Amino acid sequence: MTSYPVLDKKDTRSGFGAGLLEVGRNDDRVVALCADLTGSLKMDAFAKEFPDRFFQVGIAEANMMGMAAGMTVGGLIPFTGTFANFSTGRVYDQIRQSIAYAGKNVKICASHAGLTLGEDGATHQILEDIGLMKMLPGMTVIVPCDFNQTKQATIAIADHDGPVYLRFGRPKWPVFIPEGMPFEIGKAQVLSNGMDVSIYACGHLVWKALQAAELLEKQGIHAEVVNVHTIKPLDTAAVLASARKTGCVVTCEEHQRNGGLGDSIAQLLARELPMPMEFVAVNDSFGESRTPHQLLAKYGLDTPDVVAAALKVLKRK
Amino acid sequence: MEPGYLRATFHSCLPVPPMNSPETETTKSTSIEELKSMASQVRRDIVRMVHGAQSGHPGGSLGCTDFLTALYFHVLRHDPANFTMDGIGEDLFFLSNGHISPVFYSVLARNGYFPIEELKTFRRINSRLQGHPTTHEGLPGVRMASGSLGQGLSVGVGAALAKKLNGDPTLVFTLHGDGELQEGQIWEAAIAAAGKKVDNLISTVDWNGRQIDGDVDDVMPLGDLHAKWAAFGWDVMEMQGNDMAQVLDGLGKAIGRTGKGKPVMILMRTEMGSGVDFMVGSHEWHGIAPNDAQLAQALKQLPETIGDY
Repeated sequence: MTSYPVLDKKDTRSGFGAGLLEVGRNDDRVVALCADLTGSLKMDAFAKEFPDRFFQVGIAEANMMGMAAGMTVGGLIPFTGTFANFSTGRVYDQIRQSIAYAGKNVKICASHAGLTLGEDGATHQILEDIGLMKMLPGMTVIVPCDFNQTKQATIAIADHDGPVYLRFGRPKWPVFIPEGMPFEIGKAQVLSNGMDVSIYACGHLVWKALQAAELLEKQGIHAEVVNVHTIKPLDTAAVLASARKTGCVVTCEEHQRNGGLGDSIAQLLARELPMPMEFVAVNDSFGESRTPHQLLAKYGLDTPDVVAAALKVLKRK
Repeated sequence: MEPGYLRATFHSCLPVPPMNSPETETTKSTSIEELKSMASQVRRDIVRMVHGAQSGHPGGSLGCTDFLTALYFHVLRHDPANFTMDGIGEDLFFLSNGHISPVFYSVLARNGYFPIEELKTFRRINSRLQGHPTTHEGLPGVRMASGSLGQGLSVGVGAALAKKLNGDPTLVFTLHGDGELQEGQIWEAAIAAAGKKVDNLISTVDWNGRQIDGDVDDVMPLGDLHAKWAAFGWDVMEMQGNDMAQVLDGLGKAIGRTGKGKPVMILMRTEMGSGVDFMVGSHEWHGIAPNDAQLAQALKQLPETIGDY
């Protein structure tokens, strides 16, 4: 299998901050709004370099979404920044009406998603945001897997015309995507080829999937690891091609089983190519306060869980 | 660039001041009598549209007719024949209380944004005239979806800040229901507008004291609205909204108060159902359609001035 050396350990939110600064330099239509989390979202560099194009809106996320929608009318490209929970669930109707239904070119950038937010606990660990966002017609949903890819995705969405939800996280995480690897919205990446089982993953769990594939390799099982960074629109051709080759699939995500990546892939396979499938995801539960790694282990989202799911689905083949 | 030419001419009101570029000069010269005449036609459109669809919101639409007629036929510097989403170089209007779509659609059509015949498609299948206004069907003149209340002030603040960033000296107007002020997002936006010194924004509240379930004071009292908005850092004025001369005068004064560091709030006293005697002042006509006899009775009170669609 293809090996991915750890290049560094960095948080994906810093990838967002770096990408935002770059698009700010490239395009003066880009503006940024933040609801009192500038440091957490790593938006400081943009705010410092472009004070006229940075809007601190205070702890008022609903208003932030509406302001961003209004700014698009004047041709601006607003990036909103706050935690994933406050970027979605808290402001769902504002996004639905003023951004999605109105077709506004707002980039909703969401940090601290999922269990790996850690010690702040379940109030902040949203595990439903991918589902909330992907259900909205016209919304593009992207969950990049490391620092480099989050930076690439941030740059890519500035050129994409239409509303986007970009989800990333808090903890330092292995950086393994080479800087030169192309990133295209809606194009899944086969990170490692294999014939026995397809492992589709997004976000932090792509790294777990790669680690699991290495362990499976030692048992003589060749897993294909596919990074489905764009949940919507789903790269149906790439998903079906891998599934057709291996005949069984596992999905991995830091999200509820309901409504996430696995749900999208299950719908696709049910329609086009039914086959055995296992889900590595949170099973209808809230999170709790703990370190990111303790939480991933407790809620069944760690490397051994991916291995176990692959072995289980292989038996059902 | 300075929109002061509007301020200078507003107390005399007539004729309409020229727009700042020939391409956008489409507003006709209008007298108060002509505006009243247009308002009568718009009211006919409203009751006929709601009757035709047997659904819709006549009460608030009729109450805001004089305001929107004055705004669209006299005040806004806009270019109905060449609608663009970004509206750069034009004054923008956002309807936050989207349920009064009948009056909005009527003034848009009668300004030439789209054919007046299209008014008959209101709330029908495959229409661009959805129950609540939307950009989704590509109707010229509409720049935002609204209906779920409380969102339009934030949109107006964002659009006004974009104008400042773009160096565009034109203005942003928004309209809200008074019941809508019960939504928390309104007050988030109110804080932001004052905090960011959004002084190219004129927001108006349709202060009719009625909402679906009854009087605002019974459903959830708003208290001293004038003091509330002032305390939030707005330049607040009051206006009688069902008298054309007073609407023109009030809008002129409001424009004169822009550019001074504060957003401008017009608390506009209106009567729900204004212009149709059996609808006036009652929340009962917030969201129901007249039957054939009621339509005939209403139309008798509203002269056909320009011509029905």
